[in-house]
Amino acid sequence: MRKGGEEELDVFFNLTLNGLATGMLIFLLAAGLTLIFGLMDVLNFAHGGLFAWGAYSGTWLYATTGSFIIGILGAVVTGLILGLITERVIIKPVYGNHVQQILITLGLMLVLSELLKVVWGPNQLSATAPDFLKGSFELGGIIIIKYRLFIIAVGFLVFVTVQYVLKNTKIGLVVRAGVMNKEMVQALGINIKKVFMLVFMVGSGMAALGGVLLGPYSGVIHAEMGMEFAILAFIVVVIGGMGSFPGSILAAILVGLSGSFMAYYVPDLALAANMLLMAVVLIFRPQGLFGWKG
Amino acid sequence: METLFETKDLTIAFGGHIAVDHVTISVSANQFKSIIGPNGAGKTTFFNLLSGQLSPTEGEIFFRGENITKLSSTERTRKGIGRSFQITNVFPNLTVLENVRLAVQSQAGIRYQILSHFKKYKDLEAKALEWLEMVMLEDKQETLAINLAHGEKRKLEIAMLLALNTEVLLLDEPTAGMSLEEVPAILDVIRRIKEKGDRTILLIEHKMDMILDLSDSIMVLFNGRLLADGTPEEIMQNETVQSAYLGGIHS
Repeated sequence: MRKGGEEELDVFFNLTLNGLATGMLIFLLAAGLTLIFGLMDVLNFAHGGLFAWGAYSGTWLYATTGSFIIGILGAVVTGLILGLITERVIIKPVYGNHVQQILITLGLMLVLSELLKVVWGPNQLSATAPDFLKGSFELGGIIIIKYRLFIIAVGFLVFVTVQYVLKNTKIGLVVRAGVMNKEMVQALGINIKKVFMLVFMVGSGMAALGGVLLGPYSGVIHAEMGMEFAILAFIVVVIGGMGSFPGSILAAILVGLSGSFMAYYVPDLALAANMLLMAVVLIFRPQGLFGWKG
Repeated sequence: METLFETKDLTIAFGGHIAVDHVTISVSANQFKSIIGPNGAGKTTFFNLLSGQLSPTEGEIFFRGENITKLSSTERTRKGIGRSFQITNVFPNLTVLENVRLAVQSQAGIRYQILSHFKKYKDLEAKALEWLEMVMLEDKQETLAINLAHGEKRKLEIAMLLALNTEVLLLDEPTAGMSLEEVPAILDVIRRIKEKGDRTILLIEHKMDMILDLSDSIMVLFNGRLLADGTPEEIMQNETVQSAYLGGIHS
C-alpha cells in the first residue's frame, strides 16, 4: 500500500516535470508568435518552420562539432538570420493584409519544411543529449530526468530575461506600448517597424531555441515537428491573450501540463483536452487570460 | 515679433460643406492664442489641418517660413508641432511614468539601442519625472494610466505632449468632459506652461470666460470663417463676435 502511494507520487512528479518541460518548449515558440501578432497584427504560420530549422541546424552542429553549446547557439543564430530574412522579404510586403499573410506564411512553412528534407534527407534524425545532461538523479525518493530539468531552467531563464528587457529598457517600453496602440506610438515619432523587425528576429531565435531543445527530449527530429508544435503554440497564444508575454508562459505551462496528465490518465482525450481548454477560455475570457483587447 | 506659424487661405471642404473657409492667421513665437467659436465652427478641423491629420483643399501652412502643407503629422511633430486630442490618448496598461518616458525617449532619439547605458536610462526617467511635476502628477507616477481619473488622464496627456519638446502646442479642449472641480487644476497646468515662456500655445476652448486672462490673442471661428482675431479686449468689444455668440451659442 505504502509502495503504491510512493509510486503514485513518483508518477505525479514526473508528469508534472514532463508537462513543465513540454510547456517551456511551447512557450519558446508561442512567445514570439504572441508578440509578433500583438505588435503588428501579423499572423505568422511559418513560425513552426523556424522551430524545425532550429532543431535541424542545432542537432547537425552538435553532431559535427561535438559541442552541445555550439549546437544551441548555432540554432539561435539560424533562427535570428531566418527571422530577419523572413520579415524583410516575406512579411514586409503584406503588412495589414491578413489573408495574404496566411497564404504566404503557410507557403513559407511548406518551403521551409521541404528545404529541411533537401538538406538533411527525408528521414527523421536521432538527437541525443550531451553526457552531462544524460540520465537522472534521485531527489527525496523521486527520480528526476536531468534533461527535463534543463529545458525548464532554460525556458525560465529566457522568460526572465525577456521580461526584464520588456520592463526595464527603452525598446521594451516601445514594444509594450506598441502592443496596446501602435498608431499612437507612431504618432510619438517612433519608427515601430524597426522595432518590429527586431521583435520578429528575437521571436524567431526563441522558436529555433525551442526546436533544438526538443531534439534530445523526444530523441528524434523530423521536418513536420514544426507544424505539430505550431498548432499548440497558436492555442497558447489564444489562451494567454494575443500580445501578452506573461500570458504566453502561463498558457504554455497549462497546455503542457494538461497534455502530460491527460496522456497518462485519459489518453483518448489527450488531443481534445487542449481544444477544450481553449474553448473554455474563449467562452469566459474571449480576450485570453492576460489579454486586454476586447 | 517674429512670426513662427502662419496659414494662408486655409480651406477644407468635405463634399459640399466647407468646414474651414479661407482662414489666414499668423502666430508669433511664445504667444498664447486661443481659438473659440460655437460647436461646428471648424475649430478641431482647423487643428487637424495644422497638425497634418487632414490635408487642405486649398491654402498653405508655413512654419518658420517653411511650407509644411504637404508634410505628414509625424513629420510635423518632428519639426516642432505637437497636438493633444479631444479624446484622451494614453497607454492604459503602462504606468504614468512609463507613458511619459515613452514620449521622452522618442524625443531623445535613442530608441533603437537595447543595451544603452544605465545612466542614460536614469536620465530619461528623471526627465519624465520633471514633466510629471510640471503637470502636478508626480505622486501618481506608479499608477497604471487606466486607473487615473479623467482629469488626471488629461494631465498625463499634456505631460506626454510636453515631453515631445515641440515648440508649438496645439491643445484641443483640454477641459472637455471634465468635472467642474477638475477644471481649475488643468488651467493651472496650462498657466504654468505659459509662464515658463518657451512654448507657443494654441488652445481650443468653448468657454470664453475661462481663457480671457490666459490668452495673448483670441481668434473666433464661425461657420468655418475667421470672424475676428485680436487681443482679448478687442474680441470682447467686437460687435460681430457678440452677435455671433448671441446667435450661435445661446440660441
